[in-house]
Amino acid sequence: MYKFKRQFLAGPYLIWIIGFIVLPILMILYYGITDSSGSFTLENILAIASPIHMKSLLLSLKTAVLCTIICLVLSYPLAMILNSLQLKSQSFVVFIFVLPMWMNFMLRILAWQLLLSNNGILNTILETIGLPKVQLLNTPSAVVFGMVYDFLPFMILPIYNAMSRIRKDIIDAARDLGAGNFLVFVKIILPLTVSGMISGIIMVFVPALTSFVISDLLGGGKVLLIGNVIEQEFMQNMDWNMGSGLSIVLMIFVIASMALMNSYNKEGEGTAVW
Amino acid sequence: MNKKFFALGASMFTAVLLAGCGSSAKSGESLTILNYGKYFDPEALKLFEEETGIEVEYEEYESPEEMYTKYKAGSIDYDLLCTSDYMIQKLIEEEEVLPMNHDNIPGYQNIDQSIIDASASFDPEHTYTIPFFYGTVGIIYNTTEVGASEADSWDVLWDSKYDGKIIMENSVRDCFLVPLKRLGYSLNTTDEGELNEALSMLLEQKPMIYAYFVDETGDEMAAGNASLAVAYSGEAAYAQSLSDELAYSVPKEGSNLWIDSWFMPKTCKNQENAEKFLDFLCREDIARMNFDYVYYATPNTAVYDALDEETKQDKTIFPDQETVDNCEVFVNLDETGTNLYNQLWKELKSN
Amino acid sequence: MVKKIFGNLYLTIIFLFLYLPILVLVILSFNNSKSRVVWGGFTGKWYISMFQNKTIMEAFATTLQITLTASILATIIGTLAAIGIQAMRSKGKAIMLGATNIPLLNADIVTGISMMLLFVRFTKLGFSTVLIAHLTFDIPYVILNVLPKLNSASKSTYEAALDLGASPLYAFYKVIWPEILPGVFSGFLMAVTMSLDDFSITYFTKGAGVNTLSTMLYTELRKGIKPEMYALSALLFGIALILLLIMNFGSPKKNERRLT
Repeated sequence: MYKFKRQFLAGPYLIWIIGFIVLPILMILYYGITDSSGSFTLENILAIASPIHMKSLLLSLKTAVLCTIICLVLSYPLAMILNSLQLKSQSFVVFIFVLPMWMNFMLRILAWQLLLSNNGILNTILETIGLPKVQLLNTPSAVVFGMVYDFLPFMILPIYNAMSRIRKDIIDAARDLGAGNFLVFVKIILPLTVSGMISGIIMVFVPALTSFVISDLLGGGKVLLIGNVIEQEFMQNMDWNMGSGLSIVLMIFVIASMALMNSYNKEGEGTAVW
Repeated sequence: MNKKFFALGASMFTAVLLAGCGSSAKSGESLTILNYGKYFDPEALKLFEEETGIEVEYEEYESPEEMYTKYKAGSIDYDLLCTSDYMIQKLIEEEEVLPMNHDNIPGYQNIDQSIIDASASFDPEHTYTIPFFYGTVGIIYNTTEVGASEADSWDVLWDSKYDGKIIMENSVRDCFLVPLKRLGYSLNTTDEGELNEALSMLLEQKPMIYAYFVDETGDEMAAGNASLAVAYSGEAAYAQSLSDELAYSVPKEGSNLWIDSWFMPKTCKNQENAEKFLDFLCREDIARMNFDYVYYATPNTAVYDALDEETKQDKTIFPDQETVDNCEVFVNLDETGTNLYNQLWKELKSN
Repeated sequence: MVKKIFGNLYLTIIFLFLYLPILVLVILSFNNSKSRVVWGGFTGKWYISMFQNKTIMEAFATTLQITLTASILATIIGTLAAIGIQAMRSKGKAIMLGATNIPLLNADIVTGISMMLLFVRFTKLGFSTVLIAHLTFDIPYVILNVLPKLNSASKSTYEAALDLGASPLYAFYKVIWPEILPGVFSGFLMAVTMSLDDFSITYFTKGAGVNTLSTMLYTELRKGIKPEMYALSALLFGIALILLLIMNFGSPKKNERRLT
């Protein structure tokens, strides 16, 4: 009798991988290393070294690092507090942090536009209590702020999950052996949550490094991140080769940062939040 | 839980299938249109669909450069485009535009002959285009903070008094025209020295800028988030309709006079439907709807004649002859010029 | 005690940070003045004009179609793929999983652009290109949620069922399926979440007149803020709240979900 092989079930997906994952990447590589007439060049990739692109790349790196650090610093204590609440089900925590994500991300940015604008809600409050107005919107800080707001759940959930998986008896054992709070934290909690932190860092850093919308809407056209440069090459300057070349550089940066992060990560944490 | 999930999934799937069937059941005829943002009354579009049964796929863009890329990418076949003078000239030169038979468009008679003549700069034989709106670039200012005499010069945009309260145009040529005119140069210059001078002036100004905007400008000015903004005349008229504190001026150093027109690009699949749409937008009631919606100067004489005196005299909407004479029209730049502008624009934005 | 107060304070602050902006939108959606600061009395008119706004409603319908179709198809393809991948030898497995990680880890903008380059070469952009793009980044989430469940499903029970004469399909349905179902479900939810919230990839792969809420809002926000958007925010928030409440607390049985 005909024997059905289970592997064949992955067939449709294999075709999908070739058609819509591998082929597009090859397309971008092709465009990246050719010029408009189709002959080979490295110019598009080396273009990253031009002062304009370098500046955007550095600004993007700075923004992404800052955003990641803020998210981490905010999330870690939060995860500890949430964990100490001893909730019966994790669903509740996931619920609280995923709920804003089901409302559209553009609308969350809109909310910050309203809060931060010159005559906005925060400035009105400042004015009423007699403080001078400050320009908050359309600055690099507003962009960082918006990113932290958007990406915070990606940091909190994996850390919280890693923490809630630490077995209580390990901590109890440590305490029985005379370890204090500090020692328990440094020797048990911190090492066991490294993998959670690393998936959090990756999930915040990569979108922060490559975003172009948040800087567009909260930066007032003044903050040019590398994502904006690429978007403009594609949507305004009609230079797809240059845009692809810069995308390749961006891809390399993403891969490098992930490789760096993963070298600290022995457990191999997934990227799912549910 | 599991059963519930499947019931939910199954019902969702059915809903999707039904929705899919619903949309494909419409008449096959459609028209793909690309236009500036906030530039056509959505009600008028709805009316067109109802009257003709032709479905409109409507797409918007912010700057002419964005339009050019969207069109040139070839990923979408547009039937009708509307854009500004110099960009139309570029597309005509690249032989991307189909000639138009104006006899098939009875409403064309409504268009002011003087505006058709003025279009000669980009469409010399009047074979390709139908003018839609025209206007100027100038300064919207908040009269409670800025004096009319100050706003009569581009210099005011460099006044440190207004630090953090200035909005500039987020479109390369509209942005560069400001320092170029302030310096007394032509806004069509491709001279590297002149353009570099303009760039350093813009760089000096950048720390004082609240934001670079295009279509947000009117709302932001009305909300009081800035005191001065470089904007198109219609954006100014729109802002004035929201707030009494706002006024508009075209600075004495001169500015840009532009004409936006409709044309059929080479990708047009159904010229007959496209002509129907062009005739539709020239019709008095529709042109009036659009005029009330966008606040720009209409070349439609039927609409203009029916306006009340106050509107006709509104210098924000209809520039007087003196202003028009003081303005220059954009012409298309050659490739080196375009690349230079793009390069300088990136330099401004990245600093 | 002090620690507890401090903890609660911190929780409150983060909670406010997350939900205050949304609350502002909800309040403004009932504001009878266009102003973003001044309260002009209570009104429901923005909701009415939102429901009459064709642009918003069309984008809403498109978003539902894309999200649901993509998530459901991704769940089917992804679950089958996970079963197949699990049966593979280590080398094939490594290759498949490596490819699966690409859309997850790559920058959205790069994924979007690469797909656009592909589509532009071979076809025209439209509704289906957006759907394909969404499927591409949805499937990996399903696979990564199903695979761990498959790995932990009891192989010996399955083999015992086969020995007792069950057909492979029947044995699978009776033994494996109940075990992986929570994974399939969370994979589906992840796919929905990602599809709903995506902007960049849709932005680069959409055709004329095809707008999801994200791309529609991007175009609209650049034209100025309209009060209908506050109403839309409140509506979406309400829908999300209800759906998530049903899913999380609707079942009497505790459904423990974990990170993979």
